[in-house]
Amino acid sequence: MNFLIGGRYVGGSFDVESLVENLLGQLAGHQAILVNVYDVTNSSDPLIMYGNQYEEGDVSLVHESKLDFGDPYRKHQMICRYHQKAPPNWTALSTAILFFVILLLIGYILYGAGNHIVKVEDDFHEMQELKVRAEAADVAKSQFLATVSHEIRTPMNGILGMLGLLLRTELNSTQRDYAQTAQACGKALIALINEVLDRAKIEAGKLELEAVPFDLRSILDDVLSLFSEKSRHKGLELAVFVSDKVPDIVMGDPGRFRQIVTNLVGNSVKFTERGHIFVKVHLSENRKPVTNGKHETYRNGGSEEVVHASGGYNLKTLSGYEAADERNNWDNFNHLIADEEFFCDASTKKVASNEFYEQVTLMVCVEDTGIGIPFSAQDRIFMPFVQADSSTSRNYGGTGIGLSISKCLVELMGGQINFISRPQVGSTFSFTADFGIFKKNPITEVKKVNYEDLPSSFRGLKAVVVDGKPVRAAVTRYHLKRLGIQVKVANAINKAVSLCGKNGASSTGLFQPDIIFVEKDSWVCGEDGIFSVRQLDWKQNGHIFKMPQMILLATNISNDEFDKAKSAGFSDTVIMKPLRASMVGACLQQVLGTGKKRQLGKEMPNGSTSVRSLLFGKKILVVDDNVVNRRVAAGALKNFGADVKCADSGKAALEMLQFPHKFDACFMDIQMPEMDGFEATRRIREMERTANEETNSECGERKSEFHLPILAMTADVIHATYEECLKCGMDGYVSKPFEEENLYQAVAKFFQTKPTSVDS
Amino acid sequence: MDHLHRKLRDHEAAMFQQGYLDDQFSQLQKLQDDTSPDFVIEVMTMFFDDSEKLLNNMSRALEQVPVNFKQIDAHAHQQKGSSASVGAARVKNVCGTFRNFCEAQNLEGCVRCLQQLQQEYSLLKNNLKYLFKLQQEIKTAGRSIHTRG
Repeated sequence: MNFLIGGRYVGGSFDVESLVENLLGQLAGHQAILVNVYDVTNSSDPLIMYGNQYEEGDVSLVHESKLDFGDPYRKHQMICRYHQKAPPNWTALSTAILFFVILLLIGYILYGAGNHIVKVEDDFHEMQELKVRAEAADVAKSQFLATVSHEIRTPMNGILGMLGLLLRTELNSTQRDYAQTAQACGKALIALINEVLDRAKIEAGKLELEAVPFDLRSILDDVLSLFSEKSRHKGLELAVFVSDKVPDIVMGDPGRFRQIVTNLVGNSVKFTERGHIFVKVHLSENRKPVTNGKHETYRNGGSEEVVHASGGYNLKTLSGYEAADERNNWDNFNHLIADEEFFCDASTKKVASNEFYEQVTLMVCVEDTGIGIPFSAQDRIFMPFVQADSSTSRNYGGTGIGLSISKCLVELMGGQINFISRPQVGSTFSFTADFGIFKKNPITEVKKVNYEDLPSSFRGLKAVVVDGKPVRAAVTRYHLKRLGIQVKVANAINKAVSLCGKNGASSTGLFQPDIIFVEKDSWVCGEDGIFSVRQLDWKQNGHIFKMPQMILLATNISNDEFDKAKSAGFSDTVIMKPLRASMVGACLQQVLGTGKKRQLGKEMPNGSTSVRSLLFGKKILVVDDNVVNRRVAAGALKNFGADVKCADSGKAALEMLQFPHKFDACFMDIQMPEMDGFEATRRIREMERTANEETNSECGERKSEFHLPILAMTADVIHATYEECLKCGMDGYVSKPFEEENLYQAVAKFFQTKPTSVDS
Repeated sequence: MDHLHRKLRDHEAAMFQQGYLDDQFSQLQKLQDDTSPDFVIEVMTMFFDDSEKLLNNMSRALEQVPVNFKQIDAHAHQQKGSSASVGAARVKNVCGTFRNFCEAQNLEGCVRCLQQLQQEYSLLKNNLKYLFKLQQEIKTAGRSIHTRG
């Protein structure tokens, strides 16, 4: 190529082909492009004008474009094609494929998510349904419980009502105690039913503890009486001991406390076939210093003793059988009691500090010598619905709920519950709980307190307890102390004799017991002891036989043993274990004959004031042929504030009851010579009838009919028939000599209570 | 004075323990107050008179030929009633047995029972007299303390 410069045309020759190729190559990404320009004026015969005619190239991809050279008569067309066939575009392909795969994955994920959502929604609906059903079931359960409880409560109330009526009749001390025990058990059962309803509250997390004053000892007595029959049947020794330091009244929730103790004692009774169940209550501070010391000695020195005696009968526990928790043995127990009697300083300081915080922490232990809990099950027993063994509920019954609820309750009371158990030896469950201290506020109503009123007629009596087992003797002593009786313990009958003999050593002094309690086990072993007691010279002052009453204590007694005991000089009344202070009191009343003094209970009205309110100022006629009976009956009625006149025969009574008379009532003896009570009453009614007819006919209008209340006095209340009394016109009968409760019942029928004036 | 009180209390307790007296006697003691300060002694004196009369009647009736068991039974019934009213437990119990023998018309049994009854009665009477004596001693001792002023 050359070109001239200098105002002339510049010309050069270009190789168009290479130019085009270069250009196109640059444009086409360095790929060779073949360009053909055709003259297509004649469409069927294109004339090639540019480009290589014979190079084919890649005819699959062809680009045609029209060219316009400005010549109107010719058409030109340019056809471009790649020189080489384009290689398959891997990038695009793989991208596409990847894209596709990604899309697939995303699709899958979305699908999975969608599925999941659907599933969750389904589950949700299902759950909603289940929830509705569960709620319905819960409501149904509560309704069922309420209905069933109502169904149970109705006959229970019937039982309690009947027992209440029974207690209002004349019963001897033992009968009264049995009836009262039955009533207490019935009330406990009703309380249990209420607690079953309460369980709904527990499950809803809405349980609250009460804080009222109550008497711990009487609650424990009640719980023990629930199980006395069953434990007696199994031959188990059941006992309770409450330390003196525990206050009489504490503030807390008596129902829940009873629930816990009932659960533990019930378990013990269920799983124990031999030996004892011993409930102990202490202040929780006392135990620690003593037990640490003793435990070590046991480990170090006494271990051979334990091994030797395991399964043996001679340990110093309540029944002699070994117990799981060595810390409860006699030595510790003795220390504890000794501490209470002599060393008050240290512990009173502690009690004082607790008083400052108005709280006292008690520890309750329930020790049994039962089958124990296998080690493998020991960590599961507080879980609800778990029992130590799957066969437990089959063999022993129960649902396994109790312990878990007890644990909840104990923890609500601010305490802890735990246990020590050795299989085939026994278990000891213990728990601590906080209680408030009861401040005797004069404003507080004493009625609210569940304070058991033990008979006080035994205060100051002295007794000797003969028992070879020290722990058991301590329990007996505890109950007797509650009745105010001073007790000395002897472990054999001959020792008891030497305690009270006149020639007793001067160091022991002269202890004259009024009663000797002998444990049946200790008596059977040493039979000749009784005769030595009898042979003791009991005479003093030349007049009196101060022979003490001998009473037997037993868990169970056969007829033979009873006969042997009676012939050896024991009284008819045998005091049955488990001991309860109220029952011991009742038996003593029977033995000593100090009468049927009743407790100031809530059921019974305070005798004399209510009879007094009925009879005060009333004019009463007493008819009896015996002068002594007249005097006594008149004296009793006068004591109630009545105005009393006497008649010594049926005839005399008729004379005194001629109209008009001012008598309000008449007490008539039935068996009298000449005219008996029935006949006299019949005549009196006749007189009344005629008198009523006269007054009615005089006045013209019906006046109220005069009817003198006449009550029969009979010594034989059992055989007296109400019908016979009614037949002749009497209004009822009373016992002879008078019995307050019975008198009140009979008289209340026709006298209204009046407010009584101050005794003049 | 304390030893007197103790003697009295011990004697009373012994009488209850040995079954001479029962709850009814305590009830009588409760009826004694300022308005009737000698109620117990009054009643017991009446009882002694009544019982002695009945015992005599019974013994005479047993000597009769033929023996009228119905009448003896009536007396025993009376005795039983009055001893129940004053709380003389042992006497009352013997009366019960006595009535059984009367019903069975067992003469030997009745005779033995009467003897037992007389024995129990005299024991009771002696013990009660001693009791009343002690009470009297206490009263006079108390009065003398007061009058010493």
